[in-house]
Amino acid sequence: MQPFVKHTGLVAALDRVNVDTDQIIPKQFLKRVERTGFGEFLFFDWRYLPDGKPSPQFELNDPAYKGATILVAGRNFGCGSSREHAPWALNQYGFLAIICSSYADIFRNNCYQNGMVPVILPEETVAQIMANAKKKNGYRITVDLGKKQVYDNQSLKASFDIEEFRRHCLMNGLDDIGLTLKNEDKISIYEKKRWPELSGKK
Amino acid sequence: MPKTMFEKIWESHLVSEEPGKPALLYIDLHLVHEVTSPQAFDSLRMSKRAVRRPDLTVATVDHNVPTTDRSKPIADQISKKQIELLGKNAKDFGLTYYDIHSPNQGIVHIIGPEQGWTQPGKTIVCGDSHTSTHGAFGALAFGIGTSEVEHVLATQCLIQTKPKTMEVRAKGALPKGVTAKDLILNIIGQLGVDGGTGYVIEYTGEAIRSLSMEGRMTVCNMSIECGARAGMVAPDEKAFVYLKGRPHSPQGAGFDKAVEQWKKLPTDPGAKYDRVVEIDCASMTPFVTWGTNPGMVVKVTDKVPSVESFKTDADRRAAQRALEYMGLKAGTPIQDIPIDYVFIGSCTNSRMEDLRAAAAIVKGKKKSPKVQAIVVPGSAIVKKQAEAEGLHKIFTDAGFEWREAGCSMCLAMNPDVLKPGQRCASTSNRNFEGRQGAGGRTHLVSPQMAAAAGIAGHFVDVRSWN
Repeated sequence: MQPFVKHTGLVAALDRVNVDTDQIIPKQFLKRVERTGFGEFLFFDWRYLPDGKPSPQFELNDPAYKGATILVAGRNFGCGSSREHAPWALNQYGFLAIICSSYADIFRNNCYQNGMVPVILPEETVAQIMANAKKKNGYRITVDLGKKQVYDNQSLKASFDIEEFRRHCLMNGLDDIGLTLKNEDKISIYEKKRWPELSGKK
Repeated sequence: MPKTMFEKIWESHLVSEEPGKPALLYIDLHLVHEVTSPQAFDSLRMSKRAVRRPDLTVATVDHNVPTTDRSKPIADQISKKQIELLGKNAKDFGLTYYDIHSPNQGIVHIIGPEQGWTQPGKTIVCGDSHTSTHGAFGALAFGIGTSEVEHVLATQCLIQTKPKTMEVRAKGALPKGVTAKDLILNIIGQLGVDGGTGYVIEYTGEAIRSLSMEGRMTVCNMSIECGARAGMVAPDEKAFVYLKGRPHSPQGAGFDKAVEQWKKLPTDPGAKYDRVVEIDCASMTPFVTWGTNPGMVVKVTDKVPSVESFKTDADRRAAQRALEYMGLKAGTPIQDIPIDYVFIGSCTNSRMEDLRAAAAIVKGKKKSPKVQAIVVPGSAIVKKQAEAEGLHKIFTDAGFEWREAGCSMCLAMNPDVLKPGQRCASTSNRNFEGRQGAGGRTHLVSPQMAAAAGIAGHFVDVRSWN
């Protein structure tokens, strides 16, 4: 997994609340058995008109957001289905961090698993970043995981909380399985206690 | 110190716990389906890892499977590939697998309890957010992503931060014609679609105790729709009776021993929850969603709400979008909304009780000529039992189609898809934009309400149905 330490990038604003994972990546693309190639289908039903042309109504189709790497969105982002295809699609489209006042739990966990930072900031701060990004004049911010801060080159500077364990994993590009396998002895002890009859089989 | 049921299960599954770090939690049952697992098995192969506990891992195909004649090959080649790949993965890694032709095939959350894999006190996960269903038995059950699926396959554990606990106390008894589905829709409406985020909900109170296991599964199933990853109900005699004699339940004297343990699970008197919410059931009515998330819900006797009735600017814009997408005008009485489609099925409402209730409504009647209606049993076993009771005949006589088991039009990954603009009375769990087909419009209701709407051609108050 790619480590995330600090990143400065263009901010795209999606000023909608309760964006669900069915919108982030519609179900017809979940038939793919690969982990890659989802970026082009991100927000498919919002992004494209029935004739396949990009919808001018959809926020992210604005040329001003081309090359955006940070997404700011309304509360409860990523609600609904557990599909990890949602963070895959966001990440493969180019987003490295998301800024919201809240996330659905499974989505937030899925972000961690893919080296993407789900930053949580108070509603007012998110509104301020949203307003700046909506001016569409190349608004950029820095997400600094080391300092647990988000800042721009003007007046914005906000601290955010993130579980220390998750921050450590993101900054070092560690995946959970590798860490858990270091606890192999503890897992075996637990299993022997629960299923004494299995001892010797493993 | 008195403990909640959640705390008891959590603590008994701790493999490792260090201050300032998330816990390492042991997983007793891992359910697997074709859509969220291929990448996990792929990574497992690449890193040359085995499945640690194939004996605790159970797989079936449900999301993608056609619900029409299964003697014919699957037409959608990409679906076919995904379905076949799960078969190969199950075989290569030695998992229990119910394939598309198995007499035990069905929606993963229907067959878990049906086969007795689901049991009180277990930790249960699946790459599917409706895993919360299994909490109806007093299990800690929640949905996970594909990376976590791989994690559980490889280690039988998960790294988890301890969630908070919420008691949702359902006071009073549900009136006639008001179901478990209406109860949970009401709860979601009250809490909001993110009111349960960060919590595990335990449902308590008279109305919950009165529900059958099927009804409790319906309630727990939709916990995720208010943001709670897991919902639970304390196991009681109903749960024990349900599980006795199931193929994978403890057998013989082992069952009695298990029941003794299960009886220790319910929350101790005096145990504290982080939050308590009370719901009044006595005044409850059937509910119908009008918008594009399950929290956008009103009584069947209400009207479509106005944009102005929402408090914040963001919510007003969301309501405006929802009204446009749904093709509805504020102030329209719910019962004046015409429908084109009825879907009776999904892990929320496709069990025997649901099908019996819907059949009782349509018996001797004909569907509205402008409506297409499909009934999709949750499992092959449910289908067989429904046929033994003659329910299929009642449905087909009324013009409802009788299908094979699967997730079907709940998420429309298989050929059961709404056309743009079509309006569906659905017993499923999500009314998101495009959920049942791009441009499709979903109204979530109980099986009774869906069946009645199919006959009338519009929503009706099932309490006055005859």
